[in-house]
Amino acid sequence: MSQMIINGMVLGMIYALIALGLTLIFSIMNVVNFAHGQMYMLGGFVVYYLYGVYQWNYFLALMVAALALAVIGIIFEKFFFRRVMRLAKREENTMLLAMGTALLLENLALFSFGEKQRGVPPVVTGVYEVGGGYLPAGRALVFFVALFLVIGLLLFVQYTRPGRAMRALAQDKEATYLQGVDINQVSALGFAIGAALAGLAGGLLITIFAINAGSGTAVSTKAFTMIMIGGAGVVSGAILGGFVLGFCEAIGYETLPGSTTYLIIFIALILFLIVRPQGIMGRPQG
Amino acid sequence: MATTQKEGKREEEKVREGGKGKPGILSSVLPFSLSSVLLFFLGLIYLVIFPLLYRDSRYVLGVVINASMLSVISLGVWLTFTIGRTNISQGAFALIGGYTTAILSVRYGISFWLCLPLSGLMAALIGALIGWPILRLRGVYFAMITLSLTEATRLAFLNGGDFTRGGTGIVDIPRPGALSIAGITLIPAFKGSDPLPFYYLAASLLILTLISLRRLTQSRIGWVFRSLRQNEELASSIGINVAKYRVMAYAICCFIGGLGGSFFAAFQQNIYPATYTVTDSIYFMLYCFLGGLDYLFGPVVGAFLLLISFELLHSIQTYQTMIYAIIMITFMLWLPNGILSLRFKK
Repeated sequence: MSQMIINGMVLGMIYALIALGLTLIFSIMNVVNFAHGQMYMLGGFVVYYLYGVYQWNYFLALMVAALALAVIGIIFEKFFFRRVMRLAKREENTMLLAMGTALLLENLALFSFGEKQRGVPPVVTGVYEVGGGYLPAGRALVFFVALFLVIGLLLFVQYTRPGRAMRALAQDKEATYLQGVDINQVSALGFAIGAALAGLAGGLLITIFAINAGSGTAVSTKAFTMIMIGGAGVVSGAILGGFVLGFCEAIGYETLPGSTTYLIIFIALILFLIVRPQGIMGRPQG
Repeated sequence: MATTQKEGKREEEKVREGGKGKPGILSSVLPFSLSSVLLFFLGLIYLVIFPLLYRDSRYVLGVVINASMLSVISLGVWLTFTIGRTNISQGAFALIGGYTTAILSVRYGISFWLCLPLSGLMAALIGALIGWPILRLRGVYFAMITLSLTEATRLAFLNGGDFTRGGTGIVDIPRPGALSIAGITLIPAFKGSDPLPFYYLAASLLILTLISLRRLTQSRIGWVFRSLRQNEELASSIGINVAKYRVMAYAICCFIGGLGGSFFAAFQQNIYPATYTVTDSIYFMLYCFLGGLDYLFGPVVGAFLLLISFELLHSIQTYQTMIYAIIMITFMLWLPNGILSLRFKK
């Protein structure tokens, strides 16, 4: 039981990080970043090469991964999404673009890194015993780094000037523009942070789970599940959704055979959305 | 009298000026429009000339069979776009259709010609049941839940135990046999590895789907669908049973998806839980986008263009999918409203 709680906490924390990135981009730009899983995968690969192959310091590698993904995010926003959002007649068209970028990233990764499953050696060794369950030190590290990042992001969004601009943009685009905020700059920043969070999550999780060039889609699906549980575009919802999914997974893998866990999660999700289509924390759509 | 003539002339000029590519001179000479002539020739090439030219090339026929049937499946997705929903669940219904055909024909020995409509009906039934609750969601929410639905369906078939044979899938699905009614053989049995019968089956399914959807979208129901896309509240306020119509559109979409899955099960003679994944569902949607959501021919243009360019890039294998993705993004940046939107540019 306590083992399940420990596993659920660790998974939930990292999932919250993934969902936060996705929800940030969604709330600011109204773009569903289907490439979120691929960004996660790229972050994992950066850490794999820098830390696993070239023996850099792990935290330095993690920072480089975040930076690299932030740059990719800015490029995507500046050259792709901005133009399509201006030209497209329908809102859905950005979805296609997001899928295109997902495909591009996945194939770039497949081409440059191959199909092989990649993992890295543990950063820290040892096992702690917490309340009757076992917590490997690697997982504890992941938990605390993710916790630190989530809190840092919340503080940034809550108290800094760019953070306030981002929240304003999410609420009302025109009003934000009239306040003299450079909308393009703010959305680029939002996209960069969202992508960086995906990259950080990938870099953190590669120390626990191995990744390959094709792992992106599965992560995207999970991220969508989380923000549907919590409510799309709401920061608190993303965190909550991450934890709900993390715990469901931890409990499911412990008690159910193989892949039935996700089947049950999906069925439960559909049933839940019948009752509450906007998720736990979301505003009613309209 | 004079004024009406003048007005008539003005009307004519208007038509000529703003007449979206419609040839003023030709249409006054010919009793039919240029687009119908074009359509006729395209049909002629597709149904007669092409299969005659390439009847010995399994590869070329195979590519066009794939493109045709993927267009059919995508046309279903296109219909859900007309009610304003981004549907990423079509892979699930193709899977349901494929498994229906596989289980019915392998286990119970039922003829393919019965399995085909049954697969469509099965998919439509399940689609209506699931669609009723989830169609209340809109926009991104609907897109995401349908994406999860595809994944859930794959997992359901993977965990189906002996009934679906799990990950090993169902293989050795028999080829379609002869179809005869009252002793008269309408369609001879599909023999050996000749792809030509499958070509004609795919082509007729595509043409049939196009004709049916055209009739549907031009009927009152089609207008109701479009009104749902523009404003559901308004449609509901003038007495349209919104829930009924959106389930109808979704069920038709699923029916088409089921047909496609059934076809591919018989064509490839096997089906696995991984035959249609989230990626496939996404592709069905992409074809619609790429061709243009406002045009019935959109998914057909999108599917044919992407598949054929994919095959043309075959010689540079390592870069194939990457270039393919770049082509896709380029098209998105250049023509965000679909390839067919070119028609209205000057």
